[in-house]
Amino acid sequence: MSLSRLLKATALSAALALLPLSTAAFADEQFFPLQSYRVGPYAAGGTGFFGGFIDYLNLINIRDGGVNGVKLTWDEGETQYEVEKGVEVYERFKNHPGIATWNPLSVGIAYALIDRVTADKVPLLTINHGRTDSTDGRVFKYIFPLLLNPYSETSGIINYLGTKEGGLDKLKGKKIVVLYHGSPYGKETIPIYELLAKKYGFEVQQIEVPHPGNEQQAQWLTIRRAKPDYVVLRGWGVMNPVALKTAQKTGFPADRIIGNVWSNSEEDVIPAGDAAKGYTAITTQASGAQYPVLQEIQKVVYDAGKGNLEDKKRIGSVYHNLGVVNGILNVEAIRIAQEKFGKRTLTGDEVRWGLEHLKLDPARVEALGAKGLFHSINVTWDNHEGDGLVTFQQWDGSKWNVVSDWIAPDWALLRPIIEKSSEAYAKEHNIPLRTAADADQVTN
Amino acid sequence: MSISVTPSIERSLPRAAIGGLTVAAILFIAFVVLPSVGSDYLFEAILTPFLALALAGVGLNLLTGYAGQVSLGSAAFMAVGAFAAYNFNLRVPELPFLVSIVLAGLTAAGIGLIFGLPSLRLRGFYLAVSTLAAQFFVQWALTKFGWFSNDNPSGIINAPPLKIASVTFDTAVGRYLFSLGIVTVLTFLAWRLTRAQTGRNFIAVRDNQTAARVIGVPVLRTKLLAFAVSSFIIGVAGVLWAFAYLRTVEPAGFNLDRSFQILFIIIIGGLASIRGAFLGAGFIVVFPLLLSRLGGELLGGIVDSGVVEMSQRIVIGALIILFLIAEPKGLAELGRRAARRLGGRPT
Repeated sequence: MSLSRLLKATALSAALALLPLSTAAFADEQFFPLQSYRVGPYAAGGTGFFGGFIDYLNLINIRDGGVNGVKLTWDEGETQYEVEKGVEVYERFKNHPGIATWNPLSVGIAYALIDRVTADKVPLLTINHGRTDSTDGRVFKYIFPLLLNPYSETSGIINYLGTKEGGLDKLKGKKIVVLYHGSPYGKETIPIYELLAKKYGFEVQQIEVPHPGNEQQAQWLTIRRAKPDYVVLRGWGVMNPVALKTAQKTGFPADRIIGNVWSNSEEDVIPAGDAAKGYTAITTQASGAQYPVLQEIQKVVYDAGKGNLEDKKRIGSVYHNLGVVNGILNVEAIRIAQEKFGKRTLTGDEVRWGLEHLKLDPARVEALGAKGLFHSINVTWDNHEGDGLVTFQQWDGSKWNVVSDWIAPDWALLRPIIEKSSEAYAKEHNIPLRTAADADQVTN
Repeated sequence: MSISVTPSIERSLPRAAIGGLTVAAILFIAFVVLPSVGSDYLFEAILTPFLALALAGVGLNLLTGYAGQVSLGSAAFMAVGAFAAYNFNLRVPELPFLVSIVLAGLTAAGIGLIFGLPSLRLRGFYLAVSTLAAQFFVQWALTKFGWFSNDNPSGIINAPPLKIASVTFDTAVGRYLFSLGIVTVLTFLAWRLTRAQTGRNFIAVRDNQTAARVIGVPVLRTKLLAFAVSSFIIGVAGVLWAFAYLRTVEPAGFNLDRSFQILFIIIIGGLASIRGAFLGAGFIVVFPLLLSRLGGELLGGIVDSGVVEMSQRIVIGALIILFLIAEPKGLAELGRRAARRLGGRPT
């Protein structure tokens, strides 16, 4: 950030200081407090995700005049992905009128907010990540790990490998290595891989890479000795490109490495250069800017000079599209809740009701201009994940290409494990299990 | 240079009385006035983290400022305290929470003692590097062994509510008062310690180890005691940080950055000064927030929050340099000089 830019910004701010006062022309506003991270080690993910989210909110405001006339507003607080800063931003914004949802895109911050949002009755969205057992809406009333929780991700990856081999029964006798980040996040799925290995009869070996993971020679030598059929990369940050480069050095083919949702972005593969060619990764939202909704964002938002990304080339990147999908889910939940409660500013609990009735079938997704971007979602009062489907993309050296159909994780297998964990949480915290009748009771 | 450098010894009685009155006034404001006028934001986002880190600063200052042993493992001892309190509370449910906190402090003291052992042979930077081992080892162990976080799949635990007897401190003000109470008691004890023989031993060891040994200070015992006491206080600070402020406990929150943050608190606040820990925590914890709010108000919506954040860092960095050039002994000394100038230099 150059000094001249800063000076310009200061001058601009002085000139425009009076403008924000006049923007309260809309009677109703729905507010999004954004705990974004645009500086620090994870800035690439943060700018992409929050950029996409803001771009979609902008699109709705400019093109539709808000959601049924209710204008969407937001304010950002920088967290640098640090939990204590996220908490500070929460406390800063929590009394703002008309808060719709919180979307921290950080497991640590999300955990710190669970008690707080529950007390304040505002939904917390952790798209593609978060606490797995918050899928159980009977216990976690305000927490929504939309589209994909870590367990479903694991099952989705194994199901994909099954289809690649020509059927899940063909996995028998295969060998899979899981290379995971040495953090709570990385270790979370260890029991699920063990479970699936037992169920399908493949052999699994799970190898830890200590944070941050910029040296992996030993791990990849172990992998070379183990001669696995596939390596699942459950990485984070710098660990991902290093894994791909080291794999190339030790002669493990990239097309036999499968990345998880935090190893699936452009930022993970571009630094690895050639070594990433052929690498495949899971995603809930395909990348690319060819989808109608992204075309409109370019036309309506960016061509008007209101785009959030500094680098227009990042439009349609993995994190940007995740932000756009997150925007779609937020806006549609508000729209659904407005049908019931009226076209006005909703309370957090009313948005919670909307989220618990967030059903977007493929036809509706197509109408929203997002066909092919993501498949569908069906959130209910007790299933806060919403049966998201996953797809797989292969990196060809310059962009991601979808190489699979939409694949469903094995939810029936995972649900009892999730319920066991959430019920233990409920017991520990004296939370009575909700029923379908409770879900329809909404406080203002 | 001989070994008597505690400024307070030369202090005259009226000044001590003034000091006492100031402390009483600050405590009155903190315990009575603020809770009736402050907002939730003030307590939840500013004062509670400020208290926790100031307490950690007090703990580290005993070790580094008074006893002269540089440590980069403060965050590790905070983590030990937080996880120990969680586990005592979970596994022995009948234990009162205050007892859990004391036990957590003792656990941290025990770990501190172990990692203090190298100080018997190492000094200065070498010791600092060896305390780094504590930093990495503790974080690794807490992540590696699921038992510490009750086999929670994600390794992050939700903190139980703060409770003394049947009183639950589950409001913003409640958590603040809880922290304030603990910080006040421990700070008072730390202050007494620095004024007692032990404190003078600490300083003797810091200023000249050989001379200290000659006059009969048990150097090894003093060093280990400094590690234990300091780790106890830092461990309790960790409990406050995790239970009263964040209300989650995760190993990643106690990383090397946090250790550095605490070290900066005492360097900027003033080494070998209890007051310095609070001033330093104010500068490191509260000041960036105020600046960030100010920056957000002025520039928010016009430039993205990343630019605002970066410019704050520049401002804070410049201020740190300025402060340290103006007064290398820290904010505490700066304040003392200002007071002396205003008060017309009492003899």
